[in-house]
Amino acid sequence: MDLSSINPILLLASLMVAATPILLAAIGELVVERAGVLNLGVEGMMITGAICGFAIAVETGSPVLGFIAAAVGGAVLSLLFALLTQFALANQVASGLALTLFGLGLSALLGQGYVGVKPPSTPQLDIPLLSDIPVLGPILFNHDPMVYVALGILAATWAVLKYSRMGLVLRAVGENHEAAHALGYKVVRIRVLAIMFGGACAGLGGAYVSLIRVPQWTEGMTAGAGWIALALVVFASWKPWRVLMGAYLFGGVTVLQLNLQAAGIAIPVEYLSMSPYIITIVVLVIMSTHRSGAPASLGKNFHASG
Amino acid sequence: MSDLLLSLKGLTKAYPGVVANDNVSFDIAKGEVHALLGENGAGKSTLVKMIYGLVKPDSGEMRLNGEVFTPAEPRAARASGVAMVFQHFSLFNALNVAENIALGMENPPKQNALAARISEVSEAYGLPLDPFRTVGDLSAGERQRVEIIRCLLQDPKLLIMDEPTSVLTPQEVEILFETLRKLKAEGTSILYISHKLEEIKALCDHATILRLGKNVGTCTPAESTAAEMAEMMVGSSLQTPERSGREFGNVVLELTDLSVSAPGEFGTTLQDITMSVQAGQVLGIGGVAGNGQDELLGALSGELPSSPGTIKLDGRPIGDFGPNERRALGLLTAPEERLGHAAAPDMSLTENAMLTGAIREGLANKGFLNWGKAADFARKIIEEFDVRTPGPENAARSLSGGNLQKFVIGREVLQRPEVLVVNQPTWGVDASAAASIRQALLDLAAGGAAVIVISQDLDELMEISDHFAALNEGHLSEALPAADLTVEQIGLMMGGAHGMEVSHVG
Repeated sequence: MDLSSINPILLLASLMVAATPILLAAIGELVVERAGVLNLGVEGMMITGAICGFAIAVETGSPVLGFIAAAVGGAVLSLLFALLTQFALANQVASGLALTLFGLGLSALLGQGYVGVKPPSTPQLDIPLLSDIPVLGPILFNHDPMVYVALGILAATWAVLKYSRMGLVLRAVGENHEAAHALGYKVVRIRVLAIMFGGACAGLGGAYVSLIRVPQWTEGMTAGAGWIALALVVFASWKPWRVLMGAYLFGGVTVLQLNLQAAGIAIPVEYLSMSPYIITIVVLVIMSTHRSGAPASLGKNFHASG
Repeated sequence: MSDLLLSLKGLTKAYPGVVANDNVSFDIAKGEVHALLGENGAGKSTLVKMIYGLVKPDSGEMRLNGEVFTPAEPRAARASGVAMVFQHFSLFNALNVAENIALGMENPPKQNALAARISEVSEAYGLPLDPFRTVGDLSAGERQRVEIIRCLLQDPKLLIMDEPTSVLTPQEVEILFETLRKLKAEGTSILYISHKLEEIKALCDHATILRLGKNVGTCTPAESTAAEMAEMMVGSSLQTPERSGREFGNVVLELTDLSVSAPGEFGTTLQDITMSVQAGQVLGIGGVAGNGQDELLGALSGELPSSPGTIKLDGRPIGDFGPNERRALGLLTAPEERLGHAAAPDMSLTENAMLTGAIREGLANKGFLNWGKAADFARKIIEEFDVRTPGPENAARSLSGGNLQKFVIGREVLQRPEVLVVNQPTWGVDASAAASIRQALLDLAAGGAAVIVISQDLDELMEISDHFAALNEGHLSEALPAADLTVEQIGLMMGGAHGMEVSHVG
């Protein structure tokens, strides 16, 4: 075992990369749940986004078009969920699980011709001056653009939820849809838009895995990241900055355990592999014991009556 | 007439199987307080929903200030100057007062400016309110203030109030009436919905009475007696429950310093509750909604366990017993929420009879269910309590509120309880069904059982209880003989005006 082979700067830098997919998926799901909808199909939307983004990036040679396609793909798949739960009033838990299974199958079908193909690489965003700062430079300012896009989406979501009228209406719908309806707000329309936003974010998160983090296509390559994103939202008490913290914690432990594996530490690999999941959930559970803060209408279907 | 504000002509709205409003017409003048009177299910709510744009009439015409008025949605109604305070508050518990008010406005100002406006208006109308408090932590009276101020900020021409006093203490009602009189003096018209006749006599200029969706008459409340209005509302004269003088027996149920922490985020914590009931006694427990009624019922039923010695049944500590053990000993309960708590909505009446009757009626044997006996028990309830349903195989959901309530109460009464605890036994039940439920509770007490009635309807409690106590923020007042109490005393027991001064209004 040789712990000195672990470079702390490289470790912290790769933490931000490892955290980005679940950060994107979780922030989308946070918006969906604040609107009162529980979409368990995050994993399915992520994997669909992963293959949509991969295929378009390979065909066009442009990673940017790939990411756009991933967002569109995730949003279109989420529309299926919206159709089932908001119009047909199907059970949200069952519909979400079905969406995950459907997404996994659909992506495997779409991805048949892409196994072993290499996607066009996304250029690093070398921010001049800032990236030259010793230590902080490589950790914070030497990443691909999507890392910053994800942080931007997070900050924008936080600001919109907290300060804008749109965010207030969205929270009101999630809190008490009967009352929101009585005040004349379009509950179903707002929820469908929130679900599509969640789908687009999950799609981006999936494409980040297939285009940047791995980068190649294999079936089921999101490997449970969607489920972690879901858990993150709950244990972060539906607060955006706590989601960021949870995502970085998860990313950090993931990178650390990979480094420890490489350093040949005398703990069975299986324990190391499960550690990010366990540590993240334990920490978040402890943090959220005091007050849950769940949207009061979460998971309840709304039907306007008389 | 030039001072006519709203005029309704021949409004009709039908739902599948029921005509909610049938050719209803009446006028509201400017600055008039107009009462809309009727029993539950008479069509009052549907009518105001049409005025507020939530429901579209099938036929008929509304005119506001002489112009045809067809609001497509609440937004349009609000823009025309119609504001509404809902019976079940349309508030968001997790948001603060200012956010709640902003949601009900078309073009709300920024948070700080809005907060200043809220403080200003609330002072002017004698309804003090802190704009930054979370609504979930407010009392029912304060929540209603939030709704009223939300309406007032939009300078309404017509304010619709749907049963506004059902959640207030007598003192809070007086403050509300002062506010409404002030509004009326400023020229605002008020459409006041209620079935409480004394209030209407005190406040309203004219009354329109609805029965089964039809306008059955108008009157001037100040010139009519309560009995006349009641008869128009119900269609026949009502029987008031009879109670016979009776002797109380031994203390059956005794609570000593019972404290139970709130089960949910916005629940109420019960603190040091001490009380006792004797055999043959009816103890009425009043209080504004959300002051610990549900928690007290939960603590008595066994859903919220407490330490053993705090609850004693016939001297035996049962605080840590679960609901089934308590049932076996004769402590039975009927909770407030009919669908989902007292009865399982999609299960048949037989199954629902089985759910609470299995132990005392011997409907189960070594884990096997005796459906024949359960059906017989359900039929007995249906027969003795005049539950209108084709038979016990029907789902609980298919019964009307009044009929299901009769079933739920009857199911417990027929199990020969030693102590029966009921919460809101006649909530949302029509007057004749309510009278028969009250009679059944009195008969049960006359037979030697102790009965605890938790209710927010003071008239009901005064009618049937021997002793009265009130819940206020999780504390229970001392139980006093009901016959000697005045309305002021009752109001103070319920917490008075919750820290408000009537003199603020001016």
